[in-house]
Amino acid sequence: MAKILMKGNEAIGEAAIRAGCLNYFAYPITPQSEVAEYLARRMPEVNGVFLQGESEVAVGYMLFGAAGAGERVFTTSSSPGVSLMSEAISYIAGAQCPVVFVNIIRGGPGLGGILPSQGDYFQSVKGGGHGDYRMLVMAPASVQEAVEMVMKAFPLAEKYRNPVMILGDGLIGQMMEPVEFPDHLRSDPSKKDDWATNGMDTRKSTARNLVKSLYLDPEALNDHNLLLKSKYDRMKQDEVRYESYNAGGDFQALIVSYGTMSRVCRTAIDHLKEEGVEVGMIRPQTVFPFPEKAIHEAASKESCRVVLSIEMSMGQMVEDVERAVLGKRPVKWYGKCGGEVPTPEEIMEVVKEHL
Amino acid sequence: MGKTFQKPEALTDVHTHYCPGCTHGVIHRLVGEVIDELGIRGRTVGIAPVGCAVLAYNYFSCDFQEAAHGRAPAMATGIKRVRPDLMVFTYQGDGDLASIGMGEIIHAANRGEKFTTIFVNNAVYGMTGGQMAPTTMPGQRTTTSPLGRSTEETGMPIRMAELLSSLATEGYITRQTVIKPKFINRTKKAIKKAFTYQMEGRCFSLVEVVSTCPTNWGMTPLDAITWTEETLLPYFPLGDFKTPEEAEAVSATA
Repeated sequence: MAKILMKGNEAIGEAAIRAGCLNYFAYPITPQSEVAEYLARRMPEVNGVFLQGESEVAVGYMLFGAAGAGERVFTTSSSPGVSLMSEAISYIAGAQCPVVFVNIIRGGPGLGGILPSQGDYFQSVKGGGHGDYRMLVMAPASVQEAVEMVMKAFPLAEKYRNPVMILGDGLIGQMMEPVEFPDHLRSDPSKKDDWATNGMDTRKSTARNLVKSLYLDPEALNDHNLLLKSKYDRMKQDEVRYESYNAGGDFQALIVSYGTMSRVCRTAIDHLKEEGVEVGMIRPQTVFPFPEKAIHEAASKESCRVVLSIEMSMGQMVEDVERAVLGKRPVKWYGKCGGEVPTPEEIMEVVKEHL
Repeated sequence: MGKTFQKPEALTDVHTHYCPGCTHGVIHRLVGEVIDELGIRGRTVGIAPVGCAVLAYNYFSCDFQEAAHGRAPAMATGIKRVRPDLMVFTYQGDGDLASIGMGEIIHAANRGEKFTTIFVNNAVYGMTGGQMAPTTMPGQRTTTSPLGRSTEETGMPIRMAELLSSLATEGYITRQTVIKPKFINRTKKAIKKAFTYQMEGRCFSLVEVVSTCPTNWGMTPLDAITWTEETLLPYFPLGDFKTPEEAEAVSATA
């Protein structure tokens, strides 16, 4: 298929359809409303389901119900909307239902602003809702990568029977880039007869299925949480994805950065190279599970003097970077989160300061 | 089939946790009988609320999902939209439906979602220990209105059937009770009608059932029935508030 020029938000909507997901529930919020607008037109063309819910709270449970009934389903939202959905995300994780969430982050806290931010790192990686749960969280750095991550998210959600989140900043949703939708990433929904409430007749069974998160017996709840933990441990084992940049040889500083921010860092690294300063970068593509080992190894290089976590937040991912580096090197943070993306010049300045 | 009194197939053979004199058991049975009579158990999904019926999934033998407090209508919407062939019902109390879930029920009803809601109204929060509900009567003592509900501070009880029937979207909205055999028969007819409308893909349906809570009202089961008759029913009148047939008649004459 040829490349076409598409806005990130529209490409995300199309990617879900191409992945084989024909059910979408959502509530409008800037800067991702174009996904809903795109799918309001597109879903009927493919006999899919489009529904604008009355609130993100309700949308969360529409997704829960649909996924519980065994159908592929997804939503898109932005920060304040994801806060409202977080109640349902906790229930969905507890009841082990596969749902794909896309968060096109805007600035916070509160209403914050509508410009790009990475301020929802904690919310998505550490759990915005209550209880012990995790989501598999992927962070795209381009529209093309957003498309591919959305397409990969559905089989992953089904593999783990767990919510998966695509964590994109406002720029990923708003910018236009050439994209193609890889056919090989289309997947068939997994068989869900052993747990989904798809109707006993449908699965020709006399045993009924329950989708629930309530375990009143303390031992049963503990066992349930251990089961969930074993899934999160498996994700840490098998699903870590990252990209290294200029990290093959020696470098004086290591940058850890993701999403749009990492693209600016890339430019800064290229310019610094011209000036004779070598800087490597690890770009987490999954922020949960986090590429701890790769960061630890890169930071441990003899030539590396400092590790910089550069993010559009007031220092959230830096805590995971510190945990990965384990005191081997000093870890510094730099970021902005008013909606402006730091420039390559700023990043170069910051790197030089710390050398 | 003999004439022996039997448990409906749609109910499981376990003891419920409901208190003596509570009418949840009767209402469960009516729903179970209707599911059996319509022969839909194999394609029915129930949704349990948060409240006294939180464990309803243990008592029905069909597929079940469990919602968060008040969110059952949104969950039912999700199921019904992606699987219109399934029969979906929510079973909710007054705290769940009329307080925290007010938004979800109004919007589901207004979208005309083709599922059925059994709304059990006993004018109090049961499971959490007898706190004031939106349907608590003026002057009624509860653990959070120890001197009796003050309407000056908390307004008047909400009449959900009337409120929902004011929506312009087609629907079947009725209020029944189960405090006497004749009412039980009428409630069953109403539940069957509600499920039938859903089977026909016709409209949203809600059966409000005025119920008793002797435990949290601090009454004997018999006194609870008397109190329901004398205090609740005059404020929560029984009957159909809206039927799709009426809506048709109105639009035909308009």
